[in-house]
Amino acid sequence: MVVLLSIWFVVSYLLGIVFVEPLNQFHLGGFPLGFWFAQQGAIYVFIILTFVYGFAMDRIDRRHGVDNTPSSASPKDFSETSE
Amino acid sequence: MTIQGWTYLLVGITFTVYICIAIWSRVGTTSGFYVAGRGVPPLANGMATAADWMSAASFISMAGLISFMGYTGTIYLMGWTGGYVLLALLLAPYLRKYGRYTIPEFVGDRYYSQTARVIAVFCAIFVSFTYVAGQMRGVGVVFSRFLEVDVTIGVIIGVAIVFFYAVIGGMRGITYTQVAQFCVLIVAYLIPAVAISWKMTGWAIPQIGFGGTMLEGQYAGMALLETLDAIHRDLGLPEYTGAWVNGKKSMIDVLSITMALMVGTAGLPHVLIRFYTVPNARAARWSAMWALIFIGLLYTTAPAVSAFARVNMIETLNEQPYMNAPEWFKSWERTGLIVFKDRNGDGLIQYSGNVDTNELNVDRDIMVLANPEIARLPAWVVALVAAGGLAAALSTAAGLLLVISASVSHDLLKSVMWESMPQHVELRMARIAAAFAVVVAGVLGIYPPGFVAQVVAFAFGLAAASFFPILLLGIFDKRTTKEGAIAGMLLGIGFTASYIIWFRFIDPTATADQWLFRISPEGIGTIGMVLNFIVAITVSRFTPPPPLDVQNMIEDIRSPCGTRDIS
Repeated sequence: MVVLLSIWFVVSYLLGIVFVEPLNQFHLGGFPLGFWFAQQGAIYVFIILTFVYGFAMDRIDRRHGVDNTPSSASPKDFSETSE
Repeated sequence: MTIQGWTYLLVGITFTVYICIAIWSRVGTTSGFYVAGRGVPPLANGMATAADWMSAASFISMAGLISFMGYTGTIYLMGWTGGYVLLALLLAPYLRKYGRYTIPEFVGDRYYSQTARVIAVFCAIFVSFTYVAGQMRGVGVVFSRFLEVDVTIGVIIGVAIVFFYAVIGGMRGITYTQVAQFCVLIVAYLIPAVAISWKMTGWAIPQIGFGGTMLEGQYAGMALLETLDAIHRDLGLPEYTGAWVNGKKSMIDVLSITMALMVGTAGLPHVLIRFYTVPNARAARWSAMWALIFIGLLYTTAPAVSAFARVNMIETLNEQPYMNAPEWFKSWERTGLIVFKDRNGDGLIQYSGNVDTNELNVDRDIMVLANPEIARLPAWVVALVAAGGLAAALSTAAGLLLVISASVSHDLLKSVMWESMPQHVELRMARIAAAFAVVVAGVLGIYPPGFVAQVVAFAFGLAAASFFPILLLGIFDKRTTKEGAIAGMLLGIGFTASYIIWFRFIDPTATADQWLFRISPEGIGTIGMVLNFIVAITVSRFTPPPPLDVQNMIEDIRSPCGTRDIS
């Protein structure tokens, strides 16, 4: 999770904002690179991050054997106690 | 058929669909009313969240804003998507794991304090009302421009529709209507974008066409963005892709606004509440991902639309005789959203970065709505965009109204005033609260306070400075106490609110030099958030630790998800 959040920070704040001008000297097709990160790339990276997280957490859940127990049925869930 | 005929047809069809869905999904329990019985699949919840989140501002205003801001428009693009990473990783699965119905309820339980809960209720209600007023206004604008009815009648029609499906169907009705509304709004957004991209660059995918080369006109063969930079230089405007040039926001301001919007997104109650509607924590994680994909679809298209619209608008209008101005120009001029003043009396429209010679003022809100007409797309596409704008505004309004209704009936009436309230009474109260909120929203839409746009910045700042730190600490720091949380929330809100009120309403002429660290009121929520964190953590260390059962509860929220392994 720490790794994913670091990527989130680096791509949006560093590549998209702080280093946008130096990166703009490079081009990606018709895009200045820094501009591309700010208006396109960052959003793609965000999507990939949430996907990787969902995937990694599913694996951890499986290792702990909780993947096929819907949590609303587990005794540790508080959701049904309020009804 | 005319644009107006098509608009009546498409708006009529979509509204009928929404009403049918509402009748099909009506509910009879509080669980159904508040959280759709927790049976929403992640994919559907992703779509509903996307529609819930993408408001009239995203659909109608955002591309227009970016079109005039160029690079700086990225504050909205990254700010309003990056928050979902925080939601998916840090908040949504844990809040779902804990269950319950509302965000103030979590705050109240986690911080074992009714005071904390009541503060959270008022934040939630305030944030939601400021937002909903803007949505109703958007409904009114679309109605008045495309159906040529009075804004007031437009708002009343919108209110009646939302009233019907929110009050009858509750969260279940809202969720499935939002799924339909998402489909309408994304199709309405993508079709004109694809058509324009194809026309201008030969690429059918706007995200690629955005970086493509111009096909026609005097700039044929040049990259689209280079063309824009060149046009801007000629007109004496800052370059479109330029970042830290004169006339644009400073780096520190862009950083803090982006941060405030991201964190604000992750703290908005109507977004958080959507993750309560799925069956379990795993579904919450995946629905955050789906939501981000669906939002990203519109948000990566938007900057392309902005660039196309910018080139088109300047090429169609600049140095053209006013006499030959196209039909759409005249219709928007009648609404007062385009203003032309022939300063040098030569009968030509001259657009310029120099305020003394500029003759054309275009309201930024009309770019998306006018874009298909500017690009001369057929009438049904124009009508589709109108239907999409309505879908975006109504879906967000409904989600916000549910937050208000749940806060009043569940958090204030049931928990604070009448704990033993039976379920059927609570359900009736929730419906009455929703009905009341719809009417207030309608009144705000008809008589908008003159500062809706500023107030939206306020809503994000407040959400960033109040909810986000408290929720995050509530989940990840067992040591945070009720005293810490209350002090943090009050200071975060107090600081952010007074800064915004001061620089927006009392001293609005202040320049960047007078701002704290040169941060504008839009970005000050970031500082409010930092203050909240610092105070909450410090105060907590000097007050008695939370009771054991609360500490165990936090362990429980986190453990079955296995986060202790990797965090």
